[in-house]
Parts: sequence; C-alpha cells; structure tokens
Amino acid sequence: MTNSFVDYKNTDIFLIIGSNPAEAHPMAMRHIGKAKEKGAKIIVVDPRFTKTASQADIYVPLRPGTDIAFLYGLINYAIENDLYQHEYVNNYTNASYLISPDYNFADGVFSGLEEKDGKLSYNTASWAYQKDGDNIKKDPTLQDPQCVWQIMKKHVSRYDIKTVSQVTGTPEDILRKAYSTYCESGKPDKAGNLIYVLGITQHSYGTQNTRATTMVQLLLGNVGMPGGGLNPQRGQSNVQGACDMGMLWNNITGYLNVPDATKHPTYKDYLEVETPKAGYWSNKPKFLASLLKAWYGEKATKENDFCYDWLPKSDGKDHSHMSSYASLAEGEIKGVFCWAENPSVAGPDAKHEVKALENAEWMVCVDVFENETAAFWKRPGVNPADIKTEVFLLPAAHIYEKEGTRTNSSRHVQWRWKAVEPPGEAKSDLWIADRIFKAVRQEYRSGGKFTDPILNMVWNYDKPGQDEPDIEKIAIEMNGYNVADGRVLGTFGDLKDDGSTACGVWIYAGYYYIDPQEQNPLLKVPATKRHGTEDKSGLGVYPKWTFVWPLNRHIVYNRCSADPAGRPWKKDKALMAWDGTKWITNDVPDFGITDATTKAPIPPEKTANAPFIMLPEGQARFFVPSGLKEGPMPEHYEPVESPVKNLMSKQQNNPVAYRWKGEFAKLAETGSKEFPYVATTVHYIEHYQTGVRTRYSPMLVELMPEEFATISPTLAGKLGIKPGDDIIVSSARSEIKLKANVLPIVKPLNVNGSPIEIVSLPWSWGFMGLSQGAIGNELTPFVACPNVAVPEYKAFLCNVRKA
Amino acid sequence: MKKGISRRDFLKYLGVGAAGTALLEGVSATPALAEENLHSFDLGPLKLKKTKETASGCSYCGCGCSIIVHSENDKVVFIEGDPDSPINEGSLCPKGMALTDVYTIVDKNRQRVPNPNRLTKVLYRAPGGTKWEEKTWDWAIPEIAKRVKKTRDEHFTEKDGKGVTVNRCMAICQMGSANINNEEDYIINKLMRGSLGVVDLDHCARL
Repeated sequence: MTNSFVDYKNTDIFLIIGSNPAEAHPMAMRHIGKAKEKGAKIIVVDPRFTKTASQADIYVPLRPGTDIAFLYGLINYAIENDLYQHEYVNNYTNASYLISPDYNFADGVFSGLEEKDGKLSYNTASWAYQKDGDNIKKDPTLQDPQCVWQIMKKHVSRYDIKTVSQVTGTPEDILRKAYSTYCESGKPDKAGNLIYVLGITQHSYGTQNTRATTMVQLLLGNVGMPGGGLNPQRGQSNVQGACDMGMLWNNITGYLNVPDATKHPTYKDYLEVETPKAGYWSNKPKFLASLLKAWYGEKATKENDFCYDWLPKSDGKDHSHMSSYASLAEGEIKGVFCWAENPSVAGPDAKHEVKALENAEWMVCVDVFENETAAFWKRPGVNPADIKTEVFLLPAAHIYEKEGTRTNSSRHVQWRWKAVEPPGEAKSDLWIADRIFKAVRQEYRSGGKFTDPILNMVWNYDKPGQDEPDIEKIAIEMNGYNVADGRVLGTFGDLKDDGSTACGVWIYAGYYYIDPQEQNPLLKVPATKRHGTEDKSGLGVYPKWTFVWPLNRHIVYNRCSADPAGRPWKKDKALMAWDGTKWITNDVPDFGITDATTKAPIPPEKTANAPFIMLPEGQARFFVPSGLKEGPMPEHYEPVESPVKNLMSKQQNNPVAYRWKGEFAKLAETGSKEFPYVATTVHYIEHYQTGVRTRYSPMLVELMPEEFATISPTLAGKLGIKPGDDIIVSSARSEIKLKANVLPIVKPLNVNGSPIEIVSLPWSWGFMGLSQGAIGNELTPFVACPNVAVPEYKAFLCNVRKA
Repeated sequence: MKKGISRRDFLKYLGVGAAGTALLEGVSATPALAEENLHSFDLGPLKLKKTKETASGCSYCGCGCSIIVHSENDKVVFIEGDPDSPINEGSLCPKGMALTDVYTIVDKNRQRVPNPNRLTKVLYRAPGGTKWEEKTWDWAIPEIAKRVKKTRDEHFTEKDGKGVTVNRCMAICQMGSANINNEEDYIINKLMRGSLGVVDLDHCARL
C-alpha cells in the first residue's frame, strides 16, 4: 500500500474494486467508515453485492474479469470530459515522453509479439522511449502523436461507455454515475483512494489490472496524497513481511532479484544488469554487498565478490508455487518443506496439485494444527498404503507463544511479545529452523556437495542459558550493522558496497534502531517496539507507533502531495509544504529537503521533475517501456475460461498467459455449454484463508459452521434449487458438493445481450478441522498471470446441479 | 488526536505484562459447537479475575491489529483489541476475538481448557503408513537433516550446461510462510536459499 489504513480518514472518494474489506479486512472498513461519517463517498465495484457494497453510495456490478474495461472506461471518461489533474499529469508522469516510432497496437496485440519454439512472447524493443543520447525525448505540449499521452488517449478511446457496458455487463447509467463521481477526485484538492485486492490480481492478466488502477490514480492526481494512493490490502498477517524477507523465488530479500545464470553469471554482471543509472535503485550494489556480508560474514570479501557464487542461480524459468507443483508432477522435486502453509487447500486445481505431492519422497510440515497438506496421504478417496511419501509434522508455537515482528499491509513492522509457553512440545518456527540448520551443518561436517555456504553461513544465534535462538541478534542482522564495531544502523543511507556494512534486509534498516535523540524513556526502544500514540499532524501518521518501512515513511511518493512549487494540493491536509525558505514535513519525505553537505534547504523546483524515486526516469508511468510480459499498457482480454468472445478485439485471451501441460491443462472452451456459468472465489469474515486455525476454533465454527456457494434466485429457479439444498458445482477440473445459498447478492449480468450467471464460491474448507467441507480450489484453473504467476481464481467456468 | 502515552505504556515498555488486570470472567466464553447447551444464553455468574497482560498482534488478515493477551497460570484465557493501536483502536473482528481458541477452548463446564486439537508432539508418517506415530524432537531433527543432505547431494548442480557456476538444488522446495514472524522467515530463507541452494522457494502471497 502506498498509504496506510489510518490515513483512510483523509479520503474524499473511495473506489473499492475487487476488494471486500467489510468481510476480509474489517479494521480497514473501520477507517472507511470514519471517512464516510465525514462525508466521503464510496463506490464499490464487485460482481457480488457484498457487505462493503451495502455501505456504498454507488454499487457497480461487473462481470468477473472485466476490470480493465471498467477502468479504461473511467480513464476515457476523464479525458473526454477534461476531468483529470492536468498539472499532476504534466509534471509527475511520463505523459510527455516520446515512444519509438515502431510502436503499434492492432487486433488486440502490441507490436513485438513473436513465436519461438511454439511459445509466444514479446520483444519489447518497440515500446522503448525515444532517446537523444542519454536523454529521453519529450513533448511538453502532449501533442506529438508518438507521445505517451496521445498513445494512451487513442488506446482508451475504444472504451466508450456503451462498449464497456457490453463487456462488463454493467448498466450504462451506473457506469456514468460511478465515473463522474470518481472523477471528482481529479480536482487538485480532492483525494481519491483506490482500494483493491485479489479481485484485481487473481487473473491471467492480473498485473495489467493493477496497471490500470495505477493509471487511474495518476490521471486523477491521487498518488502521494493523504487520503489517496493505491492500496492493495494484503490478506495475511505477515504476507507483506514474508515478501520483504525474500520468501518469493524471484527475490533474495528486499526485492533484490535472484541471480540468474544467463543474465548474471558473475557479481559484476549482476550489478551492471540490475543497477539503473538513476533513481534510488542506483544504490543497489550497497544493498547486495551488505546482504552477502550479513549472510556469509568474514568469508565474504570484496576480492571474492562477497561469495556471490554461493547464492543459487536460477535457470531462467519460473519457480513460483505453480511451477514447483508442475515439477513435483514431473518427479523433479523430491523433498518438500511446507512451513505454516496449506497449499492442498490454497493452490489452483487442488485435486491435481495434491496428487503431484505424492511424488515427493519426503515432506516436512510445520503448523499449529494438522492441516490438509500434512494429512494429504489420508485424504478422502485415497489408500494411504499407496502413498510412499514420508511426512514429518512438526508442532509449532502460535503467535502469542513466541516473540518477533510481523508487517501489516501498511508496512507497519510491529513487535509481538510472548504471553505464554507453547503447549506440549510445540516450538517456535525460529527454534525449528535453527535446529534444522544446525543438524544439516552437522551432517555436512563430514563432507558432501558444495559445503561452503552451509559450513560458513553466519549463524551465531545462541544465547547462553536460553533454549530459543537470540532473536535480537537476528533482528540486528536484518536491520544492518557496521561490521567493524557492530554499531546498529539507523538508515539504509549508511550502507556501503565495500563490505564495511552488513544488512540482511535493506528496506528494514532502522526497524531495530534506538533513536539516540529520543527523550521519552518509554520510547527509547528499538523502533519496531515503540507504542507511541501521538499524532501531532492530525493526519493519522502516528510516527512513533512501531516502525514503517522504508525509513518510517507512511505515505510514499509524498513529494506528489504538493504541486511543483511545493504548495500542498490539499491545504487543510498538508503532508509536505515549502514555506518559501524551507520544507515543512508531516511525514518522512522521499525527496531531498536539505543538501547533505551544505545543509541548505533544497527548493521545490529541484525535486519537482523526479518525485517517483524508485524509477530511473523519476516520473510515473502510464506507459511502461519494458519489463511487462503482455504489453506496455493494459488491454482487455477475456479470462482463459470465458462464456463470451472478446468484444474488444479478436485476441481472446492474454496471448502470453502462463499455461501448463498434462494434468494441469484441463480448461473449458470459450462459451462452453457444459460449463455455462462464471465462478469466482470468495472469503467470509469467520474463516481465514484455508481455514486451518479458524476451522479448529469452536467459536468461529459456531458462527460459520458450513460451506456454501451462493447463486442467484434466477439460477436457483431455473435449476429447481432451494436454499439449503445440497448442490454439485463442477468445472473442467473436478466437482464438489456443498450447500446452496440463494440470494440476489449475485444477479445475472447482461453481457452483450445475454444474461451471464455468477456463482460465488468459498474456498476456506477442507477435510480436516471441526467444520469440514469440499476444497473449493479443486475447481479453479491452473493458468496464471505471466508477470507474477498468480493463478486465475477470480473468473472461470462452472456448472451447477442439484445433488 | 491522541496524546502522549497511555495506561498501557508500562506494559509495552516491559514487553510482558506484569500488571494485574480486572477481567470479567465468562463474557467471552462461548459454548463449544455440538454441545447440548448451544442455545443457552446463561453465561453463568460473572466474577472478576486477575490476569497477566501481554502486547501482541493478531495473526489473521493484513490489517495488523494489536491485541492484549490475557493469561492465567501460563494459559491464554482472553484476548482483546489494544486501545492504543491507531489501526484497530481496541476493536477486533470475529476472528481476532476468537484468537484465544487457538490455545484454549470453552468446555461443557464453561471452563477454558487447552484446545485438544493443537499439535503438541512431533508426528511422523512412514512411507505407506496409515497413521501418525509420535516422535521426539531429538529423533526428528537429525532424521530430517539426513534426508535434506541425501536429496541435496544427489541432485546438486554446481555448473550448468554452459559452465556457469550455479550452485543450486532444484530437488527441494520450500513453501511458506505469510503466517510466521519476519525473523523466522529471514532465517528460513538463509537456511534454504543461502545454505542449501534451494531455488523453488515461494509462499502463498501468490495464492
């Protein structure tokens, strides 16, 4: 999230799309409610009339998978009616940049689509900026037909309200009302807050969905504003932190890309390829050197490239969740660690995924309860004797039985203290990881393959007289320290590329730092442990409530909260303001306010042309010149399984969507008669994700005892289904039995003249726990977004019949 | 606007709660499912209890609510929202309110007793086995390490086809986790990627 939950109170207009905070993020809804009390308007875009929609001023129903059409309709409306934030667009975005004359878009595909070995991919050369030496060519008048503004304007002009309505199934008058209302946030002093979650991301073009939300917010000048921003609310207590820690195959820690054998065979190659000339990422060599130093300690020297070769290098292929399961199916993966995760319920095409797990020779599961993954060998319908996988199930401590931090969606890194001992022989995950590492090291003392990183990894977490590893040592290693004297670093600005600093997670620099200037003894603790409750600005910043990465900055890109001359767009809610001689700041600025050497204030014009510090060009992108797999701008495609043909072009699906072979290739055809309805997966407030903990909670099971799918009264009438009947929901992958809930919260949408029924399907059930039910993800397709490999859970085809 | 430091500060400064707190016993006690008194609203006599308070955080969605854990004789008996948190301001959703259940549940006598389904022992299931066997940590950890070493040594690639040093093991995968602490994920990453050379390391952020 660019902003924070507490900041929602500053919002004037909410656009909540593909997100149901009343159910999935209840405390976010609290802050939305506070803004509403003060007059904020709420627009909810969702295929279902959700609990959040019940609080909306405007509810916009749309067919699952048509978000780009809806958002492009909004962009087109704002441009046609001149409702966008001109000064913001002109100064803070790449609207004026000229794109290669070779760029083209026709028949639903962008220039550069190539076929190689039967696979489609884009050569992105024609999407590049035009350059004059190192300088990007621009047309500040925005008139050149090759400038981003003109290209975008032409591209979105196809998404007029009538066409959008035909694609999304949303009535035209509702679209018009929603567009005109949200475009009020295009006024410089109005903040529009765009909230999204998995309804946007879980599509075979999910990244382009998020791009469309970004374009809306840039056009209306909402990024960097108090009460504005792009706020993808994360779904698990520490999913943000797990990503920050590098628990993703493609980044080591802190979003440093993993080494790739082809792109970066050597340390020098890595730095050359990965380090841009401008923007904050130009500091990347400092982050990587400090990371290697934190991990490999004394062995990591400048002369040996800090043991860069000790890190594994990837083979250029995807290694995310779905690809790992494809490897399991192929028998390539032999050993599995499944740590506080339950993929047998969470993964797409779960029936075939769990079958693939049988190919593992051994599996180690760590959890607080027995979950469906650990118990996969005794799942309904299989004979345990046929499954040869050895399984170790290790009992883990729950959050209040150990200490450490978790990072919420607003990037708050908050310490949790230990209340009680874990029950029985359960142990913290820290203890378990520590003991496994030590036992593996012990095994390798007598030799084995490439023992260097195992024998030399920095692992000095013992504390005399204590069974648990010393978490403070780990925290300081993550935070960063000066190698010579162990001094804890306050900021990643102190990191060096020469091996004199060590830092495990550069973006967490400062989280375990004690501010020497702090006068209050209660707050003179590591930043993450602070519980300061003061908010001097009144903007909801609470600077001493724990620690927010990066650098305790609550709203990122905050230079954009003020105009190029440094005057806040919202005068009554000034986050950053130039008073004529200096900057007045109510948050940690992400732009220069004083010269590092002379300490003189830096006037606003110096930073007005590069407020987006993580981009080399410093200005935000309507058009992305490279890096995305299916285009420099979004384009509407149909979900891989769709009831209708694409009305926008003859290109039916994302041409480069991830697809897999064999068992994982089962898909329904477009307009399938066998599977005529659109299914989408949903959450309920009482059960969390795969339900491991909540389905073992008597209180929650009592509140939500049974699994059910929701269908419309029209579909129920057609199929002779009454509320509470057992029904079978089927897809090309599997079929499941569950109860029917018949409510008009889902209604058929008129899509280009045909009614399309929507089936709402929960997925928090499995065969373990106090409340058991079918695994909803047995129905979901094994296809994904090619940029980030997120599966298409939110739009696929199904059928329904009475059981 | 909130000001300054509140009554909870002492507690947070210490990290663990030492202050005795008055708690109404019974108000949070929900009879367990499938018990005969499911529809009874008689919660029994209310009485004040002394508990230990500890500042912690909810383990469910990404909002990041702060909680105060009330424990008695080293058992969790009640959980409430932390009023100091600007995020939840003392409130909790149904899942947060039910966090106590992970540790103790209410039995037929309306007493909080340990959740009988918690895993409290190391369990092992042999190839083709039909049930779990209870094991000790002292047995399990070295056994796991042996399997890790065997698989890694049999499937380790030092150089790829082009002669590039890759030092990777593609035969072990690590899944998880968005549900444990940062410091835990950090050392699991060091173990898997940094030591063993695991490439297939991912968690449910994508799911």
